[in-house]
This record gives sequence, structure tokens and C-alpha cells, in this order.
Amino acid sequence: MPFNGRADRTNEIPKIVADHVDVFYGEKQALFGVDLEINRNEVTALIGPSGCGKSTFLRCLNRMNDVIPNCRVGGSIRIDGEEIYDPKVDPVILRQKVGMVFQKPNPFPKSIYDNIAYGPKIHGLARDRTNLDEIVETSLTRAGLWKEVKDRLAAPGTGLSGGQQQRLCIARAIAVDPEVILMDEPCSALDPIATARIEELIDELRENYTIVIVTHSMQQAARVSQRTAFFHLGVLVEVGDTEKIFTNPADDRTQGYITGRFG
Amino acid sequence: MSEHIVTSYDAELSRLNRMILEMGGRAESQLAAAVNAFSRRDATLAATIVRQDDYIDALEAEIDDFAVRLLALRQPFAIDLRMVIAAIRIASDIERIADYAANVAKRTIALTKSPPIGPEKVVPRISGMVEAMIRDVLDAFVERDVEKAHAVWRRDSEVDDVYTSLFRELLTYMMEDPRNIGPCTHLLFIAKNIERIGDHTTNIAETIHYLVRGERMVEERPKSDTSSFEVVAPASQGSAPEQGGES
Ligand SMILES: Nc1ncnc2c1ncn2[C@@H]1O[C@H](COP(=O)(O)OP(=O)(O)OP(=O)(O)O)[C@@H](O)[C@H]1O
Ligand SMILES: [Mg+2]
Repeated sequence: MPFNGRADRTNEIPKIVADHVDVFYGEKQALFGVDLEINRNEVTALIGPSGCGKSTFLRCLNRMNDVIPNCRVGGSIRIDGEEIYDPKVDPVILRQKVGMVFQKPNPFPKSIYDNIAYGPKIHGLARDRTNLDEIVETSLTRAGLWKEVKDRLAAPGTGLSGGQQQRLCIARAIAVDPEVILMDEPCSALDPIATARIEELIDELRENYTIVIVTHSMQQAARVSQRTAFFHLGVLVEVGDTEKIFTNPADDRTQGYITGRFG
Repeated sequence: MSEHIVTSYDAELSRLNRMILEMGGRAESQLAAAVNAFSRRDATLAATIVRQDDYIDALEAEIDDFAVRLLALRQPFAIDLRMVIAAIRIASDIERIADYAANVAKRTIALTKSPPIGPEKVVPRISGMVEAMIRDVLDAFVERDVEKAHAVWRRDSEVDDVYTSLFRELLTYMMEDPRNIGPCTHLLFIAKNIERIGDHTTNIAETIHYLVRGERMVEERPKSDTSSFEVVAPASQGSAPEQGGES
């Protein structure tokens, strides 16, 4: 197709396949039979009104729900064909492969260097000190933070600005060499400039990673993602190319939500 | 579609809707008045119509500004986004329609200086067809009625047919007597202007399709105006011209 750089990706295998995912918190069901495929090297945005289950779904993708008492997950989620809810899967290794960045930047109360070095150390990813230095530098560079902090790596991470802290957290996620990065409203505490930096970063990162982002900003979803999934009351209502969702959604509920007509 | 949570947003979108209708209605009356001036050979009325075109240009600018404001401040999505885009497109087509109507009036002023010629009666006929198309396409816009828009779109080929046969008729007039060339040329341009208005009306129909369905209209454009391929061939005089051609 002219003017559409996107290659035909119909025959590409999705990175993540969620199959009929149900989630319960005790008696209360939060997700109902969610079927969703997430393409590799793309940004998928999850949108929907508060409480619709976006964060719940995101947390399923690296089994963060395991740590929530009385949370039960049914159905199947496969990453590269491998069932992540298989009892043989080590959640710690899974979370190395599927990193997460949260709404509020949450650096450890340690130096900038240690914030990044921590993950590679515990996962035994660095051969030696020089290699660890390299990992720290590459991660900070990829997160677009290296230039700003290279002269003060020993300073506490908590002393950075909010936007810098969020990029630090992204660098921290990258440092353990993940394949998927999950982001839950990563810009909601940031000003427009810091937000633009993160969005730019997300766009660069998708060359190497598969990214799933939850956002309340329709504009942000439209700007950063290639695919958008709309959730409503625990149901995945519609998923499709971002362009299609924001110009001509198929479902009235999607249209109602993105145009601001929801009661 | 239900209402927005922010009610002033609804008010703005319906204002945009009204602005389009006002502009469309004005353009349609400009055309009707221009053809009226033509039939009555009324140069004074024609001059008034030419002057009134400024007002329609101003309406287009107003719609454009308002649409840009909506885009910037509301950042519309989906059906709302398509409405704003459609408004900009339709306003631009209506502006062209009004321009052509003003051209009809200008040519009318020139024509009043020479005696009437036979084929003039075709002008009110072709214009009547086109005015009805404008009215119907504006109705289709108000009602968001794609079927109605398609029907208007299809009618354009009838306009093209009438124009093509007038073109042929005028050719014979001009060949008969070189003194006819001046008035015939004006008449030809008048008809051509009206035929072009038909084309812009079909553009509006296509925009309505996009507005409602969210996708481009795919049907082939009806195009049976073959006059640009016409060759002056005295041998064909008097014999019934063949219709069709490229379509
Ligand atoms: N730890 C928990 N215990 C019990 N119920 C929970 C828990 N976490 C979420 N829920 C419930 O599950 C549903 C989905 O919540 P979730 O946090 O996934 O929504 P969300 O789409 O991320 O909302 P928001 O946009 O406000 O972050 C809600 O009804 C919520 O109250
Ligand atoms: Mg959430």
C-alpha cells in the first residue's frame, strides 16, 4: 500500500497471546474472557474507563497478580508460545523477561548507578565490574538519561526530577535485558516536556522491545501506539490498529469513550 | 449518537453543522439567482450576485477558523473528528460552487450585450438539475443519509450528458456563423460552470459517505462528459451524436 511503511505483518507470530483470560479478586470477577494478541516490536495501548481492568490485565502478563492475595487468574497467556502460568515457570525469571514501569517513578533509595546495577547483579547478568559498568551505561543511554547523569552516578536516584526518575526506572527495566516492557500510566505524574521525552523514548524502544502501555490520555495512546485495545467493565470490547480505533472505531462503546460521551 | 459529557462541545459541533447548512443554502441561492439573471438578461441582478460572493468566502473562512479551533481545543476523535474534517472539506466545495455561480453571473453580464441564441434554454434546465442536487446533498448531510448522498452522486452523470449534448449543439452553431462564436463561448462557459458545480456536489456526497461510514467511497467516479475528447467534424452535423464514449 502506498504511503504506508508498515510491512504486511499478517504472517508474523504475535509476541504474546492471551486466551480467554479471567481474573477474580476473591468473589469479584475483574476480567471476563479476554482474548488479545500483542505483536512484537509494537506498542499496544490499553485504554478504558477507571476500574475496567487495564492494570489487572497488564499485571497478568508478568504474573504480578501472583503477589495479590486471593487473586485468581484463569485462561492462558503464552509468550513466544510458552505458557507463563505453567507451574514450571519461575516468576522471577518471567519478570526479568517482562519488565514493568509504574505510574509513579519509584527509584530505590540508592545511587543512580545502583538503581540500574541492582537487577543485572541479582540475575547474574554481568560477568564483571567492567561489564556491569557497560550495562549501566547502555541502559541509561537507551533511556535517554546518560548525558544528564553520567557525572553524578553516585548521587541518589531520588534526587532526580520526576521525568528523569521515570527514565531511570525505564533504564532499570531495560538493564535486565527484557523482551517485553509493561508500562502502567508512566507519564501521569509528568509535565508535557517530560511526557514528550518518554513518548519519544517509547517509540525508540519498540525497535528492540515489545511494549504494552496503559494510559488515560487518548492523545498519548494515539501518539505512541500502533495498536489500541479498549476495555470496558472487564471486557475487551475492541482491539485494532490505533489509526482505525481513533478515526473509525467499530463498537459504539469505544466511540462513546474516546469521544467523551460516556456517562 | 448520545451527547457529550461536556455539553459545550455538543453545542460547538451543532454550530459547525448549522454553519455548513447556511453556507450551502446561500451557495444554492446564488446559483438560482445567477440563472434567473441569465434568463431575464438582468445585468444589475447579475452584478449583485457577483458582489455577494465575498460573503460566502467569509463564511468559509469562519468555518475553517472554527474547525481549527475545535481541533486544537477539543482534540476530537472518531465521529467528531470526521465531522470537523468533513466540515472543512464541504465548506471548501461550497466555496467553489459559489465561485462558479458568480462566474455564471459574470458571463451573464457579458451575454446581455448580444442578442439571445437558441440553445440558451438549456441553461435553466441543467441548472435546475444541479440546484436539486445541492438541495438533496445538504439534506443528506443533515440526515447523515449515505443512501441519499449516493443517489445525488449518481445523478451527476445526467448533468454531464446534458452538458455534452449542449457542447455539441453549440459547436454546430459556431460553425454555421462565426458571429455566434462570442455568445456561444460565454454560453458554453456558463454551462461548464454549472457542470463543475455538479462535480463539487458529488465531492460533498463523497464526504458525507466518509463522515458516516468512516471510510473513503470506492465507486468509480461517474464521468460521462466526453466533450474534452470531441473533435470538430462537420460530417457529423445533423446526425444524432453518439453517446457514451469513455464510460
Ligand atoms: N487488589 C485488588 N483487590 C480487589 N479488587 C481489585 C484489586 N485490584 C483491582 N481490583 C478491582 O478490579 C477491577 C479492575 O481494576 P484495575 O485496577 O485493573 O482497573 P484499571 O482499569 O487499571 O483502573 P484505573 O484506570 O483506575 O487504574 C476494579 O473493579 C478494581 O476495584
Ligand atoms: Mg490502573
